[in-house]
Order: sequence, then structure tokens, then C-alpha cells
Amino acid sequence: MEKTIDIKEKAFTSTRNACKVCTPLGASIVFKGIEGCVPLIHGSQGCATYIRRYLISHYKEPVDIASTNFSEETAIFGGEKNLFIAIENVTKQYNPKIIGIATTCLSEVIGDDMRKIIHKYKTEHDTNIPELVFVNTPSFMGTHINGFHDTVTSIVAAFASNTENRESINIFPGFLSPADLQHLKEILTDVAIDAIMVPDYSDILDNEYTGEYEKLPKGGTTIKELKQTACAKASLEFGYILNKSNPQTQSAAEYLKTAFDIPRVNLNIPIGIKATDALFDALEKITNNKTPEKYTKQRGKLIDAYVDGHKYVFGKKAVVYGEEDFVVAMISFLEEIGIETVLCASGGNSGLLKEVIQEKVQPKSDINIHDNFDFEEIATVCKELKPDIIIGNSKGYYIARELGIPLARVGFPIHDRLGGSRIKHIGYEGTQALFDLIANTLIQQMQDHSPVGYKYM
Amino acid sequence: MSTDNKTNMFPDSSDLIEEILNKYPSKVAKKRAKSLVTNDPEIDQEIQSNIRTIPGIITQRGCCYAGCKGVILGPTRDIINIVHGPIGCSFYAWLTRRNQTDAGPDGENYMNYCFSTDMQDTNIVFGGEKKLEEAIREAYEIFKPHSIGVFSTCPIGLIGDDVHAVSRKMKEELDINIFGFSCEGYKGVSQSAGHHIANNGIFKHVVGLNNTDPGGKFKLNLLGEYNIGGDSFVLEKYFEEMGITLVSTFSGNSTMSQFENAHMADLNAVMCHRSINYIAEMLEKKHGIPWIKINFIGADATAKSLRKIAKYFEDEELMAKTEEIIAREMLEVQATIEDVKSRTEGKLCMMYVGGSRAHHYQELFGEIGMRTISAGYEFGHRDDYEGRKVLDSIKIDADSRNIEELDIVKDEANWRDDLVAKKTSLEDKGYGFSEYEGMMPDMEKNSLVIDDISHWETEKLIEYYKPDIIGAGIKEKYVIQKYGVPLKQLHSYDYGGPYAGFKGAVNFYNDIDKMVNTKIWGLIPPPWKNEPELVAKMADTAY
Repeated sequence: MEKTIDIKEKAFTSTRNACKVCTPLGASIVFKGIEGCVPLIHGSQGCATYIRRYLISHYKEPVDIASTNFSEETAIFGGEKNLFIAIENVTKQYNPKIIGIATTCLSEVIGDDMRKIIHKYKTEHDTNIPELVFVNTPSFMGTHINGFHDTVTSIVAAFASNTENRESINIFPGFLSPADLQHLKEILTDVAIDAIMVPDYSDILDNEYTGEYEKLPKGGTTIKELKQTACAKASLEFGYILNKSNPQTQSAAEYLKTAFDIPRVNLNIPIGIKATDALFDALEKITNNKTPEKYTKQRGKLIDAYVDGHKYVFGKKAVVYGEEDFVVAMISFLEEIGIETVLCASGGNSGLLKEVIQEKVQPKSDINIHDNFDFEEIATVCKELKPDIIIGNSKGYYIARELGIPLARVGFPIHDRLGGSRIKHIGYEGTQALFDLIANTLIQQMQDHSPVGYKYM
Repeated sequence: MSTDNKTNMFPDSSDLIEEILNKYPSKVAKKRAKSLVTNDPEIDQEIQSNIRTIPGIITQRGCCYAGCKGVILGPTRDIINIVHGPIGCSFYAWLTRRNQTDAGPDGENYMNYCFSTDMQDTNIVFGGEKKLEEAIREAYEIFKPHSIGVFSTCPIGLIGDDVHAVSRKMKEELDINIFGFSCEGYKGVSQSAGHHIANNGIFKHVVGLNNTDPGGKFKLNLLGEYNIGGDSFVLEKYFEEMGITLVSTFSGNSTMSQFENAHMADLNAVMCHRSINYIAEMLEKKHGIPWIKINFIGADATAKSLRKIAKYFEDEELMAKTEEIIAREMLEVQATIEDVKSRTEGKLCMMYVGGSRAHHYQELFGEIGMRTISAGYEFGHRDDYEGRKVLDSIKIDADSRNIEELDIVKDEANWRDDLVAKKTSLEDKGYGFSEYEGMMPDMEKNSLVIDDISHWETEKLIEYYKPDIIGAGIKEKYVIQKYGVPLKQLHSYDYGGPYAGFKGAVNFYNDIDKMVNTKIWGLIPPPWKNEPELVAKMADTAY
């Protein structure tokens, strides 16, 4: 193992090429995963436009997000009037079941009291209006991941109410790809468990083509399901860090534990054998059913692939970056296949990353772990540690290109390739895809740089 | 939609307009009605534009910051742009416009970086000026750049950080040019406000700093060309061959030193009227340099524009060289048109983009026989639609009033009497200066002109006109494609381009040919859904 390099925490004042996005983006993704929900961003129209263009370039699907279009006047006198008009227009155009309102740095700085304003709208209008849910997402506190988890909590807290006895479980998967969510649903169906997944954008952000455009694509967690989250047998929540960077917030499963005493099962994002085993183990305990053969087979095949490929990946050095919980899961997987992570970086800043990795992953060797990191800091470390592979989203491509190190694209955003929404990371199946991607990326690098250019392995 | 068989004329779109407006609440409908016009190129028609989008209506428009930092200052390589605010704004404008640059041997290029003060809650509460100062100092220490620009995002205006004062202070301390822009996102109606603020900032802080003669016989500024997909590179080659010195381009493939020297040019050629006309106007007021409107999108338009520039310099050799280039380049253009046109002729396009592109690209489509049935701008003003003749009659509303108009005084030391005289003499010969007729006179009768089109309206238009292609941006792309209509990204060219000049035109014809003739749409209905007979038939043969 290389020496761990000493990089002063935040040696730079400015963030240079950020490895994080802003909170309302995370909120918008969650709202897209609720059935019949239109996200509405309370601030300047640029926020909605930028977030739309970013999500659209990753998912390659329509992503309608409305805005309250603040003007200079709104910024001075408050956003109530604009919010009222926006709600009315969104209702008329979309007839949505829910309007999911996310605040911005602008509306937070002027101090719009959303609870009060929305209450006023509700009392002034008849009952025939969409459900109005809001979340505070000032972009000067946390990253898109805080926006994501805070929104899951807000929307669950807004509806969770049903107290009938049910055998279902709640599942809070965190910020995964639509393909991941789809695979997770498949697993839950196969283990015969009635599960409520929040959010569920598996179809909405990876739409089938029918030739007919639907303004509000089918799919998403329903309001009924959101209500029933209060009476589940248990909540399964992926990710250890979640929105803990702000001690005042709770994750959705924590909220349900406090408010309705629903047991919370907290797991790593299931990437790799160990983490996926833990998921199936948890499902067995909850259902008392054995893991279906389909998955034991997948597991066996994945191990077979590990065996076939171990000599190509073992001992290779990787730089991994992304959201905090995502990199925790990636490292756990890379440890399994013998890839040494020489740098694990995240733009998130919970202060928990090191501790969580040490405690939950227990890596064999020392890893340079840095939160609150940006891509220029990642580039500096890459230059020094010369990894064999960089694993992360499209934003690191410039470093990969400059250093001639291959980039395996995972996570979000992927805007220089097709299929960002189809990248599967989780379960034995997703791990299989990741393993092949990483192994083949390394093999291609060897092949391209071999003087022989061998064609057979 | 079908055109009249006898006259081949577009149908009157009033029933469509009525249907669209019916969906809106009456107050909204009344307001919106003024932004939809059934075009008649023979008469003067007014279209409402550059007014605020109604909250809750999903618009294509971006914000003031996007226009200032993203569009105008984004393509300049030797300035470090520090975005003062929380992280999102900086991240979203990080290399998303596909502006290209050629950093040359010195390699000075900061376009690959996005700097942000990444304001946190404590900065919001206690102010971020100190953090900004530190960020500027640090950017200077790392890169020693030519200049540093500071861009305010929404919260900055509200918490009262003075980016101009900080910039002045740091300029003094570091002895490089540092200046700020109050381009908070909530200002103005769209990115257009940001263009104006950027024009003002560059003119005030940069243009005129260097009086060195850039050399050459014919000195030109190209304004409003942003080098998306390498457009500027194509044009630069023509100018070089013609023996024209390109003093500066605002702002594709540009440097700050070019801007400093821009007042030494003999002529300003304006490509995107909307985003840059302010600088053209100010250069004329202050230095007496005239401007002309040109367009390099479309082969004919390129030929026309090159001729117009050559004619201005009244030089036989230059004019001959220009004709030589045109004749040479038109060979490939003609050959491509001949090949492509048989497959594209008569097809319909619609375009909703920019403040010039929806106009300019009609030329390119027209050259391969495609007709524009509907078009509109995202952030244009009335003069971009109706021509500059309406400038005096545009009402100034609260949103426009907030954008500063610089008070420009004649610079006696750098005043071009020769150019003023040249302008008068050429005008007498019928040469047009400071003219832009706008988009509407160039569009066919009964075509539908629509400003700041919404999602809902786009859908209605697709159903009504069934166009063969739509030109817009990535935000519209996947909605439109869900209808089975291909979308050409005219902001960033879907990874393609260049589309400017003759070479660009050839690229465009070929790309459009592929798009309107793709076979994929035929796969949409599965055989079991729409063709029960076929399934039955297949079953028959199988057994």
C-alpha cells in the first residue's frame, strides 16, 4: 500500500470543480419518484432550468420541473404570490396528485415560511387541489444527497398515517439508478414480500417508448403507499451517512422509528457479495422465506466471475469518488475483489465518512479518505498515486484523460455516454455488471498499451 | 397539417391559437395571446416578448447568471470566473455549452475549471466577502491569470456582499484586472438580462485598455459568435485567407487581450444580435466604429456576409479573394445539397431557440428545401422578431429598467473620424449599417411565430403540424422525441458541428438528412398492437 498522503483538510477556500451538486436537485429526483408528482422549485427560474437540463442529460428522459420564477420584486417582497400562481398553473396543466415544492437559497435567505404560505393556500382554496408537500433545501447547507434524503423524510412525514396492521416493509434505497430500483423491485417480488419503495423512479426516469407522450409518466410511489409506511413490519434503509451531516434531520426510517416505532434495518447499499448477502439475509429474517434459487445462482455465478477475473483486478489501484454512501458501498465491493482504493473522495461533508468506512467496511489497508473534496483535489492525488483505474461519474473524465488512466463510469451524473439510467450497481446482478466493467476496463487498458496487442487471453 | 395544394401555402393557424389559449385561465390567456402571431411578412405585426414567464409554466428560459457567466464570459479562455454563491450555479455552468477554444502554444485556458466560493450557512449569515477575497487571492496564486471575473448568484444580492468593492480591492492588491458582475438569477426576464450585464461589464472594465494597433489592412471584430462545436474555427480560416485581421471575437475562442484591443477594429460584424448588440452600439458611440449585421449560418448567408464585409473595405483584391473562396466552397455545398435535397425537400421544421438561432437556422433548412412552419425565441426581444425599427416603441417595464444602461461618451483620443466618413459615403451608395430586420419578415405567410413557448404549447403544435424535425435544446429533446419527432439541439449540436460557414452548412445538411430519414420511428408500433391481420397472417404461415 502506498503511503497515505497528507492533504490538509480544505487547503483551498474556493471549490474548484465541485464533486457535489446542490440540494434542490436531490429533492427534484425524489419528487420524480412519487406517482403523479410535479416538482416545483421555489426561487429563480434558472434553478429549475439548470436542474432540468442536468437531470435530462443524465436520464435522457423528459424531466418537467416547474418554477415560481422569482423576480427582483419577489426577492424583496416574498414569494407567496408567485407560489400561489405557480400552484394554480401546474394544477391546470398537469392535474397532478402532488406538487412537491423545494425551496432554494434565494427563498431561504428571504425567509419565506413555507408551512404558513402553503397552509394559507389550502385554506383559501377548496379541497379539490393537489396534495402540497414541501422540503427546505437551502443549497448552502449540504449537497444534493441532503436534498434527496431530506425530501424522502419530508414526503414520508407528510403522509405516513395509516395504522392498520400490515405485513409490508418499507424500503428506502437512497440515490440509486432507475435500473437499480427496478432490480430491487424484482428481488422484493421474488422473495414474496409486499414492499413500499420510496422514491420509485424506476419507470419515470427510464421510460418505455410507446409513441404516445404522457405528461406524468406512469409509476412512482403512490400516496396510499406513503400513508402505509406508518404501519410496516420494518423499514430497510440503504446507506449509513444519509442526511446525518445535519444533526437536526432524520432519515425517513429514523423518522418512522421515532413516530410509529417501526423497526429500522440499516444496511450498506448492496454492492458486492457481502453487502448483497446482508440484504438477502435481512429479507430472510423479515419474511422467514429462504432466498430464491434464482439469487443463490446469481451469487454463485458472480463468485465464478470473481474467480475467472481475479488475476486481472487483484492488486490494482483505484480512485473512487461520488456521494458518501455510494463510495462506502463501492469500497466494500472493491475490497472483495482485491482492488486497493488509493483514494476515496466525496464532495459530501458529513464528517462521518472515515469513521463509517473504518467501522463498516474495515478495509485491509489504509485508504486516503477525504470528504469535502473537489475534483482538483482528486486530480492532485491522482497525479501522485497513479491509480490504474478511476471509478466514478462523468465529471472525472478530464482527470482520466489528462493522466491516461481509464475511467469506469458509475453513479451520477453520466452525461458523456448513453445509458446513465441503465447502469446497474446493486445486487449480485449489478455487482456482476460492475465487475465486468471494471475488469474489462483494466484489460482494455493493458491491451491498448501492450506492444504486442494480444488478441487472446 | 397539410398545405394548400394549389398555392402550397401554410394554413391559417388561428384555430390552433384558439385551442391553445382555451386551456389557460382567462387572465393568462389574455396575456399569452399577444405572444402568438400568425405571420404575414407583408405587414408590420407586433409580438409580445421579453416579458416574464408566468410562474408554474414550464419554460425553456434560464436566468440572468446563465446569460452573463455561461454565455458571454464562458467562452473566454484566459479569465478565471469565480462564481460567488452556493455550489449549484457554478456546477451547472461547468462546460455545459460546448464552447471550444484553441489555447495555442501558451496553453492558458481556464474554461475547464469551475470555481465557486461554495457559500455555506455561516457565510450567508455573516457575509461572504472575506471568503471571496480569499478565493480571488488563491486563484491568482495558483494560476496568475490575465483577469478574474466574479459572478453574483441569487443570495449574494440579498445578503449585501459587494462584489464590485471586493473586486476593486483585489485588483489593487494583485495588480491584474478583476471585476464583478451583479448578475443575480432573479434579475430581468431571462438570460437576456445577463447578456446585457456582461456586455456592460466587459465594455466598462476591459474594452479600450490596449491601444496597440493590431496590424493588418482590414481589421474586424466578430460579435455574437460563441464557437459552439467549433463554429468560430471555420470562420477564422475564411478571414485569414481573405487577409482580414480578426481583432476580437465576442466571445468564441477569445482572450481578454482581444477585448482590450477591440476598439482598434474598423468594423463590427454582429452575428447574434440579441446577446451582443450592446457592445456594437457602445463601440460606435464611443469610438465611431460602425456595425453591420451578418449571419454565417447557411451557405448563402455566409456568402452574402463575406461579400458585405469585403465590400465595406472597398478593396478590389479583397473582393476578388472573397469571390474565389465562395466559388471554391460552394462546389461542395452544391454537391451536398444535390444529394441531400431529394430526401429532405418539402419537409417541415419548427425551431424554438435562442435570440438569433431560430432565425439563422431557417436559412440552413431552406437550403435543403425544408420549410419553417413555426419558430420563436427563448429570450429574444421585439427587435429580434420585428426588426430594429421598433426599438423606440418598446415599452420599458420594471424588469428591463433594472438593467443598467451605460452612459457612453465619445472618446476623443480614440475616435475614428475616418470610419464615420466611410459609413456616410457607403450609406449613400445603399450599403446598410446598424440594420436588423428581424425574423418575422423572413418567415412565410401563415407560419406561426411564438415567443417563450411552453411545454404545453409545444405539444399542441406537434399534434397540429406534425413537423419532421424540431430545433430546440436538451430540455425539450426527450419530450419531443416521445412524439416520434426528432429534435436537433441547436444550443450544443448534439455533440456535432461545426455548423457555421460553408463547411458547417455541409455538416448540417448531412446531419439533418440522417435525422429526418432515420428508420427507428417505424419500429414503434409492435406488430401485435396495430396490425392484428399481420399477426394472423404470420400465424397462418407458421402452421
